[in-house]
Amino acid sequence: MPRAVSHIAGWLGLAVLLIALPHALSFSQQEVLVFLTINVLLVASYRLLTLTGEWSLGHVVIMGVGAYASALYSKQLGIYVPVSIILGALTAVLVAMVLSYPLFRMKGFYFLIGSFAAGEIIRLLWKRFRDPFGGPKGIKKINPMPDLDIGVYSFDFFEPVSYYYFALAVVTLSLWVMWRIERSPVGLTFHAVHWQDKLAQSAGVDVRAYRTRAFMIASGFAGLSGALLAHYIGTINPNSFDVELMVFVLTWAIVGGTATFYGPILGCVVLSILNEVVLRELGFEQMRPFIYGLLLICSVLFLPNGLESVVQHIMRRRTNVQAAKASRAGDSARYNVEERTEP
Amino acid sequence: MSGHFLHIDKLVMRFGGLTAVDNLSFVVEQGAIHGLIGPNGAGKTTTFNMISGFYRPTSGTVRLRDGVISGLPMHEVARRGVVRTFQHSTLFAELSVLDNVLVGTHMNFRPGIAAAIFGLDAEDRRGARARAEEALEFFGLLDFTGELAGELSHGHQRALGMAVAMAAQPDVILLDEPFTGMNPEETKRMMELMFKLRDSGITILLVEHDMHAIMGLCDRITVMSFGKLLAEGGPQEIRTHPDVIEAYLGGGRHVA
Ligand SMILES: Nc1ncnc2c1ncn2[C@@H]1O[C@H](COP(=O)(O)OP(=O)(O)OP(=O)(O)O)[C@@H](O)[C@H]1O
Ligand SMILES: [Mg+2]
Repeated sequence: MPRAVSHIAGWLGLAVLLIALPHALSFSQQEVLVFLTINVLLVASYRLLTLTGEWSLGHVVIMGVGAYASALYSKQLGIYVPVSIILGALTAVLVAMVLSYPLFRMKGFYFLIGSFAAGEIIRLLWKRFRDPFGGPKGIKKINPMPDLDIGVYSFDFFEPVSYYYFALAVVTLSLWVMWRIERSPVGLTFHAVHWQDKLAQSAGVDVRAYRTRAFMIASGFAGLSGALLAHYIGTINPNSFDVELMVFVLTWAIVGGTATFYGPILGCVVLSILNEVVLRELGFEQMRPFIYGLLLICSVLFLPNGLESVVQHIMRRRTNVQAAKASRAGDSARYNVEERTEP
Repeated sequence: MSGHFLHIDKLVMRFGGLTAVDNLSFVVEQGAIHGLIGPNGAGKTTTFNMISGFYRPTSGTVRLRDGVISGLPMHEVARRGVVRTFQHSTLFAELSVLDNVLVGTHMNFRPGIAAAIFGLDAEDRRGARARAEEALEFFGLLDFTGELAGELSHGHQRALGMAVAMAAQPDVILLDEPFTGMNPEETKRMMELMFKLRDSGITILLVEHDMHAIMGLCDRITVMSFGKLLAEGGPQEIRTHPDVIEAYLGGGRHVA
């Protein structure tokens, strides 16, 4: 099976690249790489949420819930950091579940506004309650990940490279889980709820339950990304999770495109590289929101299907018609038991 | 209580000042093909919407095997065995034909998240796929499995809508104008499939303007006009019923 072999080779190549990458970068670039890795998880979880057709403006606040929760669990309760990270993610799931009751009475535009309001309320609570959230100054001196020796590699988490490997492992596992969900009958039901909720309902799908499910899973991974962030930077405050970051997430998702699993990730990686390599080098850093806004408009105007459509175009050219037909017949790979798991 | 299978009892639906369905009662017997006809705007789709749980009736009840199903949300009604199709081809246009029907298998193969992640649902997936392919084969759509539903011809789209409903293995299927957009040849084939569907144990409640199809298919016919029950009976009675002829002539349509 030459196809399978080339796929394995491709994944191995990517793995080697990702492992070797930090060693080719400067210290500050390594730090950026850690943030990028965390942001990939954030934007991928955002796509999972959008599968059911609802776009939230509260997603980065949910990320913040994970960050605050994990920071507090480790700092106040002395919980071992890797465990507090998981508990932080679960807290985000819980908060999402509570929010889903009012939010999923709304749809479309109202949901968008409702999610924004819910997020702002949470941020207000962080600001208002000095105990335990630290008020506007937030939480400082968050416990770092404890050093870890796993034999083949000794992690010193003050080193960006170490934290990068840790984050990379967590993010890779998370992406795999999200991928499995999307390609499963559950993922199909998410799509069904998005495209025709009435027809889905008439097939016995509890539409609201599925919207809630997608929201909870996405929030869990967003919370996980927040927890990863908190224990890396050591300080968080309500403004770490403000609208500006939300706009970046939206920009990554829209510029990348949300029709495929990799679209938003592509958008995040490309724009982050652009940001670091071009903007920072040229000293345009302050203009980041402006440039992002411009990019967003340009991509809507000139690349309405996102960067992913460019990739799809190139892929389609490479594969001949026959192969395309074969893969189309296997379109419902989610119901093939001998499932292929590559995107 | 009443012993009837599907019992529509004094249903009323008001939209503001308009009474779209006015005190409508009729009974559908198990294993029947029951027609619901009437001029445009008579309230047939509104009745379907109340039976299927899409609308909550202003008053009145719908009972299935003596259990009240009116007022339940649509997915609950579906889970009790009543599945509908929609008047206009309502499909997952962006999904493949197979995926459309797979959504139809949702109730019988309830997907689970954990099982999906750890790959423990292989048997369910296989079962769902087999069920879906069965439904596609029944409606002659097996050749279109990989096509996007939105790219099918109109007749095939109608058939796919029914395949989605059939994949859910309902006890009662509500079909809203299934023959629209079909040529006479397709209509004829579809009528045979409906008999087959009925023989497989599914009760059919059918709204249709094609009188030839209605008269050929139905065991019993309920006629509505302006939201009210106008007449009820077998095809022979209805065809010659003076009120029905009057209503249809008034509405600009002819009874075949
Ligand atoms: N959601 C609604 N709001 C207000 N009025 C409605 C609504 N749905 C239907 N109606 C009105 O109720 C009446 C009955 O409509 P309905 O769609 O049930 O008729 P129908 O018998 O299915 O007609 P057709 O044969 O044209 O499909 C019509 O006058 C229609 O305008
Ligand atoms: Mg109608």
